Amino acid sequence: MSQFVINMLFVGASFALYFGIAIWARAGSTKEFYVAGGGVHPVVNGMATAADWMSAASFISMAGLLAAGGYVNSTFLMGWTGGYVLLAMLLAPYLRKFGKFTVPDFIGDRFYSNGARMAAVVCLIIICVTYVIGQMAGAGVAFSRFLEVENATGIWIAAGVVFVYAVFGGMKGITYTQVAQYVVLIIAYTIPAVFISLQLTGNPIPMFGMFSNQVDTAVPLLQKLNEVVMQLGFTSYTGDVSSKLNMFLFTMSLMIGTAGLPHVIIRFFTVPKVADARWSAGWTLVFIAMLYLTAPAVASMARLNLLNTIYPQGEQAAPIQYEERPDWVKTWEKTGLIAWEDKNADGRIQLYNDANPAFTPTAEDRGWKGNELTVNNDILVLANPEIANLPSWVIGLIAAGAIAAALSTAAGLLLAISSAVSHDLIKNMINPKISEKGEMRAARISMGVAILLATYLGLNPPGFAAQVVALAFGIAAATLFPALMMGIFSKRVNNKGAIAGMLVGLVFTVVYIFLYLGWFFIPGTATFANTPDNWLFGISPLSIGTVGAVINFAVAYAVSLSTEAPPQEIQDLVESVRTPKGAGAAPHPSSALSH
Amino acid sequence: MVSEKNNAAEYWKANVRLITMCLVVWALVSFGFGILLRPMLAGIAVGGTDLGFWFAQQGSIISFIGIIFFYAWKMNKLDKKFDVEE
Repeated sequence: MSQFVINMLFVGASFALYFGIAIWARAGSTKEFYVAGGGVHPVVNGMATAADWMSAASFISMAGLLAAGGYVNSTFLMGWTGGYVLLAMLLAPYLRKFGKFTVPDFIGDRFYSNGARMAAVVCLIIICVTYVIGQMAGAGVAFSRFLEVENATGIWIAAGVVFVYAVFGGMKGITYTQVAQYVVLIIAYTIPAVFISLQLTGNPIPMFGMFSNQVDTAVPLLQKLNEVVMQLGFTSYTGDVSSKLNMFLFTMSLMIGTAGLPHVIIRFFTVPKVADARWSAGWTLVFIAMLYLTAPAVASMARLNLLNTIYPQGEQAAPIQYEERPDWVKTWEKTGLIAWEDKNADGRIQLYNDANPAFTPTAEDRGWKGNELTVNNDILVLANPEIANLPSWVIGLIAAGAIAAALSTAAGLLLAISSAVSHDLIKNMINPKISEKGEMRAARISMGVAILLATYLGLNPPGFAAQVVALAFGIAAATLFPALMMGIFSKRVNNKGAIAGMLVGLVFTVVYIFLYLGWFFIPGTATFANTPDNWLFGISPLSIGTVGAVINFAVAYAVSLSTEAPPQEIQDLVESVRTPKGAGAAPHPSSALSH
Repeated sequence: MVSEKNNAAEYWKANVRLITMCLVVWALVSFGFGILLRPMLAGIAVGGTDLGFWFAQQGSIISFIGIIFFYAWKMNKLDKKFDVEE
């Protein structure tokens, strides 16, 4: 059986599962559409939230970034998990007590103005749409690679699949589909890692294997990896960094961005009780950690495997002949994500760091005239089973897992967008008399429009997916997180302060990113080159969300203290969300009409 | 007997105290051991590298899980103590 047929079987079987669940769990009412009937067990909810949260960026990209950057990219590991601590303690239980459907619901009611609600809707839509673009692009790459179709065709297939189960299933359909997707993606991620860990270290658990000795030696894997990369002029894999400021701010930005992501927060409205919201955040992190603790092992082992493939006699000896390159290099060459250029015309593949002046004399001694192999970081996880010569069913499995990761996140984001449009914008602001049926129709139409928009932008991406995702995190960190936190922890912050804070945070963060990455991400329009020398105080555009958040807090407090205190009923509302007592099931949508 | 309002204020104070304590640990294992204090841990070897690297790549995540479950457990006790549970 060819690899193509095996991939088709795995991807097809996983799809049949998702569609079956979506049809079985078809949402009947508006409430079910948004919050799954309020009856999702914390462990199940945690698993679904983990699938919702772990996107193509976590599954496909992150290990590649870790492999390329080593220690400095630990920011992704800490940043994308540490946010759940903030969520569990600072937001989730109180928002569950508040008992509405959406993030703008809380901001609009707590800051008693449609202006605040509108600001929250705008921030939410910008965050989610930019995030979906990255997912569509990621799903498109995975589909096109494994189904051997054009990239554009891959994106349209992805759009069709997301449309069917998100639009017809609603939250209930998505919740159970995402449980299935979590199972698929975690198995797909773990199995190749276990095989590779056994091959290299003899330890079946990758997170321990990473810190073990290599098979039949007394040399730890990481020490060996450090030796190999440094022999080729790269920086040490585990070495410390000199500038800690940017690493600090980037980690913080990812953490508070995580806690402020509307499609993640919305999941905690679906648990039965306030106490369950706390437990559920913990379970979510347990399920996320299963992938995140394996990722650094995948990264270090894949980097070592890759270098061993190129230098089979050791990094001091000659690298392999191009004609003898393994099959996986040939497959990926077709996608253009691996490229070889024989700069010194010796027919061999030299892979080393030609940007390191200290290594130049060594390279010249060996007759090397520049690095000859470019490997895109994003293929590392997908190519990993092939690099380690694992059986072809493992490759089919990883295809299904990558697609599950991208689609589950896209579906969750689309649900957040559709509820913001139909519920917050149309029902609460434009036409409060809309029927339940009309509201559901509006939700589905807005999902369809969002999918089309994201697909279009995914076909013509405004930049690398990672840049787009970074913008989503920066904006979430600088806008929604501070507004939500102040809404719960301060009785003094009023409508004017919250609106001013959100808008200043939004504009500051977006402008800083556009200055370096191009206005609206249009290539060639960047005002400054995106290099550390140009950054303000050495703060990269990826890290600026932290500064935006600080500015948001400062502006909101300053404006609030110089204007009137919120009315008594708002202060009572804050009192009420702070205690779990009296939290009912999420109220029926019709009760929202009465106030 | 304390009034309901005082009780709620006391409950909130206890919650904020607990959150502050948890956030100190949260910052220590990630920003502390994983980033800023890494040079201080350089002497403690872990599988071919040092403890700071382990905290940055695995230790912080494991600690985060511990913090959340500790917080949820303590809050359940606080909810009962102040009689504000659902």
